[in-house]
Amino acid sequence: MRLLPAFPFLTQLLFLLPIAAGLFGVLLPALGYLPDLGGDKFHFEVFRQLLEHPALPHAVWLTLFSGIAATFISLSLAIFLATMLSRTSLSGNKNNRMASLFVIVRRGLIPLIAVPHAAMALGLAFLVAPSGWLVRWFSFLLMGWETPPEWVTVQDPFGLSLILGLVLKETPYLLLMILAALPQIRAQEYIRIGQSLGYGNLRSWLKLVLPQVYPLIRLPVFAVLAFSLSVVDVALILGPSTPPTLSVLILRWIDNPDLSFRFLASAGAVLLLLLTLGALLFWRVSEWLLLQKWRNWLSNGKRGNRNEAQKLAALSGLLLLGTAFLSVLGLAFWSLSLRWPYPYVLPQRWTSRNWERHWTSIQETSFTTLELGVIAVLIALILVVGCLENEQWRRVSFSFRSQWLLYLPLLIPQATFLLGIQILAVRLEMDGTFLLLVWSHLLFVLPYIFLTLADPWRNLDTRFPQIGQCLGASPLRVLFRIKLPLLLKPLLVAAAVGFAVSVSQYLPTLFAGGGRFATLTTEAVSYAAGADRRVIGVYGFLQALFPWIALLLALAIPHWRFRNRATLL
Amino acid sequence: MNNIFNYNSATESETMSKTLNFIIFTTLFLLLSSFSVSANSWEDISKKAKGQTVYWNAWGGSEEINSYISWVGTRVKEDYGVTLKHVKLASTADAVSRVLAEKAAGRTTNGSVDLIWINGENFAKMKENGLLFGPFTDNLPNFKLVDFSGKPTTLLDFNLPVEGYEAPWGMAKFNFVFDSARVSETPKSIPELLQWSKRHPGRFTYPHVTDFLGSTFIMQALIELTANPEVLNRSVKSEVEFSKVTAPLWSYLNQLHPLLWRSGNSFPSSSSVQQQMLNDSELDIALSFNPSATSAAIANGSLTESARTFVLKKGTIGNTHFVGIPFNSGSSEGAMIVANFLMSPEAQMEKQNPDIWGDSTVLSITKLSAQQQQKFKALPLGVATLPPEKLGPTQPNPHPDWKNQLSTEWQRRYGQ
Repeated sequence: MRLLPAFPFLTQLLFLLPIAAGLFGVLLPALGYLPDLGGDKFHFEVFRQLLEHPALPHAVWLTLFSGIAATFISLSLAIFLATMLSRTSLSGNKNNRMASLFVIVRRGLIPLIAVPHAAMALGLAFLVAPSGWLVRWFSFLLMGWETPPEWVTVQDPFGLSLILGLVLKETPYLLLMILAALPQIRAQEYIRIGQSLGYGNLRSWLKLVLPQVYPLIRLPVFAVLAFSLSVVDVALILGPSTPPTLSVLILRWIDNPDLSFRFLASAGAVLLLLLTLGALLFWRVSEWLLLQKWRNWLSNGKRGNRNEAQKLAALSGLLLLGTAFLSVLGLAFWSLSLRWPYPYVLPQRWTSRNWERHWTSIQETSFTTLELGVIAVLIALILVVGCLENEQWRRVSFSFRSQWLLYLPLLIPQATFLLGIQILAVRLEMDGTFLLLVWSHLLFVLPYIFLTLADPWRNLDTRFPQIGQCLGASPLRVLFRIKLPLLLKPLLVAAAVGFAVSVSQYLPTLFAGGGRFATLTTEAVSYAAGADRRVIGVYGFLQALFPWIALLLALAIPHWRFRNRATLL
Repeated sequence: MNNIFNYNSATESETMSKTLNFIIFTTLFLLLSSFSVSANSWEDISKKAKGQTVYWNAWGGSEEINSYISWVGTRVKEDYGVTLKHVKLASTADAVSRVLAEKAAGRTTNGSVDLIWINGENFAKMKENGLLFGPFTDNLPNFKLVDFSGKPTTLLDFNLPVEGYEAPWGMAKFNFVFDSARVSETPKSIPELLQWSKRHPGRFTYPHVTDFLGSTFIMQALIELTANPEVLNRSVKSEVEFSKVTAPLWSYLNQLHPLLWRSGNSFPSSSSVQQQMLNDSELDIALSFNPSATSAAIANGSLTESARTFVLKKGTIGNTHFVGIPFNSGSSEGAMIVANFLMSPEAQMEKQNPDIWGDSTVLSITKLSAQQQQKFKALPLGVATLPPEKLGPTQPNPHPDWKNQLSTEWQRRYGQ
């Protein structure tokens, strides 16, 4: 009990320290100061070099375009789908064919959150390539092309395939965030009021619910925007290469054997941070402008109910789901193929060899992935529960400022502060240690766990713990005997989400692990460079499978545990 | 040494200097003893190596090579008790820059890299910056078996003397891969390749110059196009010389690029991506740096069964690839064990088998026992591999200086 105030403090320390260290570690070299490499004076020469770099203007344009477009499309799709999905859950009309379609979309989209970005991108790359699966089917059924068409799809110069890859992953995430926020604003009642006043479903949603729900999901939207601007693995796989996005350009500079490129990389990382802040500001201003423009529309009183919108939502949902499903299925097929040249629509020869050959490596990398994920999730759970308990017992709410602090790792480009952390870690001889690796994962796991767990925790009926206390139980006993069992389901779901986040980390594992820790994700991405789809298939499929299992367990365990307590489910 | 502490009457400063002496002597003693260890016999190296873990940083883009490396791991574990971990790199430069960063940060022991697969400009970079342990190759018993006279590039890496700082483990030779199901006539020279591309636009490309095969293609073209290729064997003298020697290359590439895949606006990121594109029928002609790799890829299933190879009439670039040990490796003995095993007849034979990898041996067959010679001769050639007499002359790799400047200039012209 006396230890409780330590939790928020410890959590903040755990966050502030590496982020501050990381930002410093990257800002100093950007200003020319890195004594290890002979830079002992502060100057702006490096920035001048950066701005004069011939690849820079295009890279900046590409980064901003792909990041903002991906976020905008994902958010629009998520809102669109949410209007329809929330309605079916409200009316509960099971006979409607459309309704059952929405149930499929809803059940299918949520687990997509668990599939790591890199795996999805790898699968998508094969699906939409000019010689990819879709073209092969098309050619097989209709055209009979001997050679694939000369289309530019994957790694197109405008980053469209990169945007598609991001949309596939971010739409389900934003959708889940919206659906989770709806009960907080009693959306159901507002929609009923809207409908009783003669507004259609879509209109009541857009006019009554959206203005209330948007502030609640602004942070996740910002996180998506920041992520899309700084993403590395997806951009490596789906993005153009001459020139690539800024984050990939930074990674190339870091990898340059000429160490003086570290200065340029640091300056690039600072620029990426500025771009991200600029994009967030741009987004916020656009929100405001849109609001000015739509304020009239919100209150113009026009009614109407259009069903086409509903069909469009179902279609886009199914399309999204189908693309994602085929991407993962393609990976699974490749992992079982021995020979699969164009124009075969299915492998020419099947084999289990790819799995057998990599079995030892699969075991090792799976174990590292599991170990890392479980430890990071456990630490994060303890800290988050500690913070939430502190908030409840001492009746101080986790301040707005510290909540933003928690999301800082999601808003600052990974390449920016991870590069700084790496430079400092090498100095402290901490690089390549398991401790640093767990820590770097924790930075990303903890915010997601907090995000998932905070509301169920705060919304738990306070009378339960009060009764426990009245019966003389200590706070610790109340926590273990009453709260944790009651909150088992959200706890497990939060753990599964955290685990999925840990599994998908590419850059943190690479930077903090010093190349010594191979996880399913680092293997999958490094094989992606090697382009052998059969092996990519093995690792990509496993990478997708692990978080799925975690999520299934999180849903199944409460069912088993509470099999005799139906109301707890 | 105990008597150092017997001067009870010594003043404080004297005691200090005595202590200092003690420290200096001890350090010297330890240093000397460590030197004598490194010069020790093979038995001592083997003894120290037992139980060590060697992190071998090697390019991880090829399925065949990765499984060969994992076979090496099981063999050195069986015979020497050395644990081998393959750190799969997307680019060797990653590991070179890591060792450099460690040196810059003052990490002189227990570095993160124990063994590194290098050659050419990465070797030049590491040697120049004092990042390599050695010379060590004379300690390795199997080094004697290498064919120094027949394969001079085992001692001269891109015209740079190796001087015992890296151990050879394979031979490479530039060649072209094509799909015989779609291509009937193959070009026999660099200018003919341009003519072929005019007839078949969009069906050929080469990897980005950041990939070794991409830069090798540029150098191959330069050797054939420039008036006086001998100057490429030494470093670049001046900017004027560079622009004069390379002018024909740029005018050639300016003509070739619009005829390439995606009109030369985009290049495959690596040789393995390019191989995949051949398998996907997005290309008709691709590149390779190993005459048997195509056979191995067919056996492995990663290339279509109709893939074949061809070389240029005037010959193609050939070189040797090596393994080196970073100066701060904590397992240098284990790394030497692995380097030595890689040069063993057993490992070289396994590697040359086109069903495994198909990488040519660095050994002199005549130095082997009659039985080993027999086994080498019995190795299959592979369905797509040209016999030695049809592989054409081998041209030396230009000096790394040329490669670096060519890459920079290429990036400036076409990379943005």
